[in-house]
Formats: sequence, C-alpha cells, structure tokens
Amino acid sequence: MEKPILEVDNLRIRYGGASAEAVRGVSFTLGRERLGIVGESGSGKSTVGRALLRLLPGATITADKLRFGELDLLTLSEKEMLKVRGRRMSMILQDPKFSLNPIRRVGDQVAETYLRHFRCSKAEARDKALAMLEAVKIRDPERVYDQYPHEISGGMGQRVMIAMMLLADPDLVIADEPTSALDVTVRLQVLNILDGLVRDRGIGLIMISHDLNLVRNFCDRVLIMYAGRVVETLAARDLDRAEHPYTRGLLAAQPRIGGGRAPLAVLDRQLEWLEEKA
Amino acid sequence: MSVSVETRDVSITFGAGPAAVRVLPSVSFSVGPGECFGLVGESGSGKSTVLRCISMLTDIWTGDILIDGKPVREMPLIERCRTLQMVFQDPYGSLHPRQSVRTVLSEPLAIHRLGDREERMRKAITDVGLPVSFLDRFPHQLSGGQRQRVAIARALILEPSLLLLDEPTSALDVSVQAEILNLLQRLREERGFTYIMVTHDLAVVDHMCDRFAVMLHGEITEVLPREAIPANGATHPYARELIGASLEYESAH
Ligand SMILES: Nc1ncnc2c1ncn2[C@@H]1O[C@H](COP(=O)(O)OP(=O)(O)OP(=O)(O)O)[C@@H](O)[C@H]1O
Ligand SMILES: Nc1ncnc2c1ncn2[C@@H]1O[C@H](COP(=O)(O)OP(=O)(O)OP(=O)(O)O)[C@@H](O)[C@H]1O
Ligand SMILES: [Mg+2]
Ligand SMILES: [Mg+2]
Repeated sequence: MEKPILEVDNLRIRYGGASAEAVRGVSFTLGRERLGIVGESGSGKSTVGRALLRLLPGATITADKLRFGELDLLTLSEKEMLKVRGRRMSMILQDPKFSLNPIRRVGDQVAETYLRHFRCSKAEARDKALAMLEAVKIRDPERVYDQYPHEISGGMGQRVMIAMMLLADPDLVIADEPTSALDVTVRLQVLNILDGLVRDRGIGLIMISHDLNLVRNFCDRVLIMYAGRVVETLAARDLDRAEHPYTRGLLAAQPRIGGGRAPLAVLDRQLEWLEEKA
Repeated sequence: MSVSVETRDVSITFGAGPAAVRVLPSVSFSVGPGECFGLVGESGSGKSTVLRCISMLTDIWTGDILIDGKPVREMPLIERCRTLQMVFQDPYGSLHPRQSVRTVLSEPLAIHRLGDREERMRKAITDVGLPVSFLDRFPHQLSGGQRQRVAIARALILEPSLLLLDEPTSALDVSVQAEILNLLQRLREERGFTYIMVTHDLAVVDHMCDRFAVMLHGEITEVLPREAIPANGATHPYARELIGASLEYESAH
C-alpha cells in the first residue's frame, strides 16, 4: 500500500476551561482518497479538522501519532507550521463569511492567497483569482471580485473559500460543509472539481458533511462520529448497511422525496454510545 | 393567530450609477395564513434578499409587501418583531460574539416586557434540543449546528406568527434536523405559524411545504405545489432541471 498522506492515532482534544474532552481518541489514516466525516452536531468534526491545522488556540491536543507526510504535526514549530497551513494543507471553514475579512473586497482576498504562496505580479494574481471564481461557477466574477463579504450570498461565500483553496494547490484538503449552501446543480459541478483534484493530482480530501446523499455518492470511505469518538467506519457505498444504532438512526431520520408527512424518526440517544468500545 | 403574506412587484437595486445591480427585478407571490411556502433555486438568485425585504432588514426596495393586509413598512418596530422573526443563513454572523446565549435569549423578552423569562428561556433552549447549561456559553464555544439552534430558539422565543427561515437546518445533522422540522410542524399545527423557508433540499420542501417557488437570477420562474416534485411536474426549463437534478442526487446509489 502506498504511504498514507495523513496518520492520526488516538487524537484527544480538550478546550481550555472545558471539563471534558471534545475529541476522545480518534484514529484514522488518509490516502489519496475522499474520506467523509459524518456525525452528530457537536460531536467534534470541525475540532478534528482545526486540530490538524493547529488552529485551536488554548486547547490541549495530544495524540500517539499525528503525521502529515514526513512531518510530525505534534512537534512542528509554529514557524514551520506557517509554511504548511494554507499551502500544503488547506481547510475550507464551515462559516465562510465569518472567515473572510469583512472590510476587504472578496476578490482581493482571493488574489492574496495566490500572492502569498506564489511569486507573481498583482495583475497576474488578479487574473488567477477571476479565473478561479469563474471555475467555481460564480456568475459575473468581475462584479463579485469587487464586492465585500456581506454583499455576497451564502453559496457564493462557500465558492469563494473553495476558489482560495484551489489557488493554493495543496496536498491535503479538509472541507468542512463546503457545499451546504449550494443548489444541487452547482453543488455537483463543484464536487466534480474536487473530484478532479483527487483523481488527477492525487490529493487527500476530508469531507465533513451532514449530507448523507453526498457522502454516499461522492466519498470512498466514511467515518461516523458521535460525542468525540469514531463509532463506525464504512465504505461509502455500504452506508445503508451501517450497524451502529446512531448511524442507523441517522439514515432513518432523513426526509425523502415522495416520503410521507408523518413526523420524522428521531433518535433515542443511548448513554452506552458514549462509552469506549472494549 | 395566522397571518398571510403578499409581495407585489418587489424590486431592489444595490449600488448606484454604472455599478448598480438590479438583484430582484420584480418579485410577486402570496402565502396563505398557516401555509409553509418554500423558496428554492440557484445560489445567488436572491432568496435571502427576498427574506431580508419582507423582514425590513433592508428597506431600499420598491413595491408592496403586506402582512395580513397591512404594509410591512408601516408596522411599528415592536409590532413587527412580535409578528415576524427571521432565522439567518449564517448563524455565526447573526449572533453577537460577546453575548452569552442567555443574553441573546433574554434581550427580546426584556424589550417586549414578557414575564417568566427564565422559564421561557429554558423552554426555548430545550425545544431546540440543547441542554439548559448551554445558556451560559458564548457563540465561539458552540459548534456550527449548536449556533444554528440558538438562532432558531431566539426566533421562537417571541412566538411570532410568521417565521422567515433561511436554510434553517443545512448546518445540522439529519437527526437534529428531524427534531427541528418536527418542532416546526408541531408549532404550525398548534399555533398556526406561517413559514417562508429557503432550502436547497427538495426532500425538506416535500416534507414541510405546501407550495414552493423556484428562483433563477432574481426572478421566480414558477410556483409549484409539493406534489410536482416526485414526478417532476415543472414546466419552466430551469425548474425542471433543478428538480431533475435533485431526484437524481437523492437516488443515485
Ligand atoms: N472554544 C470552545 N470552548 C469550549 N467548547 C467548545 C469550543 N469550541 C467547540 N466546543 C465544543 O466542542 C464540541 C465539538 O465542537 P465541533 O465544532 O467540533 O462540532 P462539530 O462536530 O463540527 O459540530 P457541527 O456539525 O454542529 O458543526 C461541541 O460540543 C462544542 O460545544
Ligand atoms: N448589499 C448588497 N450589495 C450588493 N449586492 C448584493 C447585496 N446583497 C446581496 N447582493 C447580491 O444579490 C444577489 C442575491 O443574493 P442572495 O444572498 O439573496 O442570494 P441567495 O439566493 O440567498 O443565494 P444562496 O443560496 O447562495 O444563499 C447576489 O448576486 C449578491 O451578490
Ligand atoms: Mg462543525
Ligand atoms: Mg442565501
């Protein structure tokens, strides 16, 4: 088997001042593949993603292993981390508009990502940024380039984040709900772009999503998280054959086109789901 | 008490001079009392803008918006807040970073001089499936979905008659989504709430809405009954394409 891009073993994360760990012993490896992470709201998915980029000030992170390629993320200095973050490992954050600077034009912020990582003129960076906004199917990229974050729609914000990530040309992408605000037609086009990166450039992709249809059809493998732990790992095409009661409950709670109008099935969360497996 | 909503020729332009963009050329639709009306369509087509016009978050639009026959422009602020509330698409932006959940929820109660504050806050936070201890948290200490549930609790706490919901559940896992959708259905049955709901998930439309409008580039292409979804009964080419893609998205295995 080829060497994994990312190796995570027994990752534990505690927020400063919190009484319990938000992430309790998560382990997985990632190759050149699309790995989905699904799970309960608040189960620690974004926390895992941010820990990989060491974007958790004040939190305590421990692990038996946390390796990205040849790098040990646990001991890397902040200076070395700066070279990795954004450039080699990039995260599409869950709150796109919040992660943009509110008082700068969105296009300039996209162009800046390119300037930060590659040597080129301002005009070249602008052209790159415009081309990328077009690639993510933004209508009228010239107009959107000059807009401020509060002037763009939710789905445009998500696509701006994706454009920034694409320009940095990373080896590992952590996408936290990257397409939840996109209509299905545009969503499929954007997923196609991400797919191309895995297929043609051999990047590793972690896709955090609540969209079970997306994970089932687009990912290779899926981790299911509940209360800070991975409770089940499946091949994506076997999602419907999941065995953990939490995963089964998720599948049952999904509304379906043509389904009835009876109240949706809700989960009866069990205390034993919190316990570590023997 | 149920209210109706009528929008007639609502139009909005942002910017001035050559840079001006007409985001909504002319939008008209009506929603019956106690109806759940869906707004779906292309990302960037103006769905959130329609909700912002109805809620008067922006007032630079022209045309008419009537709530129960009354022009929304003429409603005094206090009455407007008791009549309609909005849940925003990006909950992080809509919650003040330095306000605890308790402050977020108690402020509207204080402004509207409602009693039993502690009791109402506890009920609102439990209704959206969060523990009461979360009242003392700040937005940055919450996950994306937990923030969204706080935003929903804030909208519900004043018991408005009309709720404008901008993708209320797209940040929630489907089990929490089921709880929220069931709660919204129950409130509609018990208290006759009227909803206008933006979503990209046609399964949610089919489950919740009576009718829905499909938007493209600032215009409503077509208003359809929910029954049009399973067999794709749309006639406008974009609406047909969108429903077709959604059917495929759900069934491709
Ligand atoms: N700064 C913080 N301080 C204390 N607790 C925090 C902080 N940030 C997050 N948490 C808690 O850690 C847990 C995990 O949060 P995380 O954001 O990783 O969840 P998530 O799985 O991404 O959820 P969602 O699907 O709702 O986005 C949550 O219970 C949250 O309340
Ligand atoms: N304050 C503003 N100034 C300039 N343009 C604006 C402003 N607010 C919105 N727009 C533009 O209006 C259009 C519609 O935006 P809106 O947020 O209503 O879209 P949406 O249908 O909600 O999209 P999404 O599904 O992606 O959230 C976009 O092109 C946006 O750039
Ligand atoms: Mg999250
Ligand atoms: Mg919107």
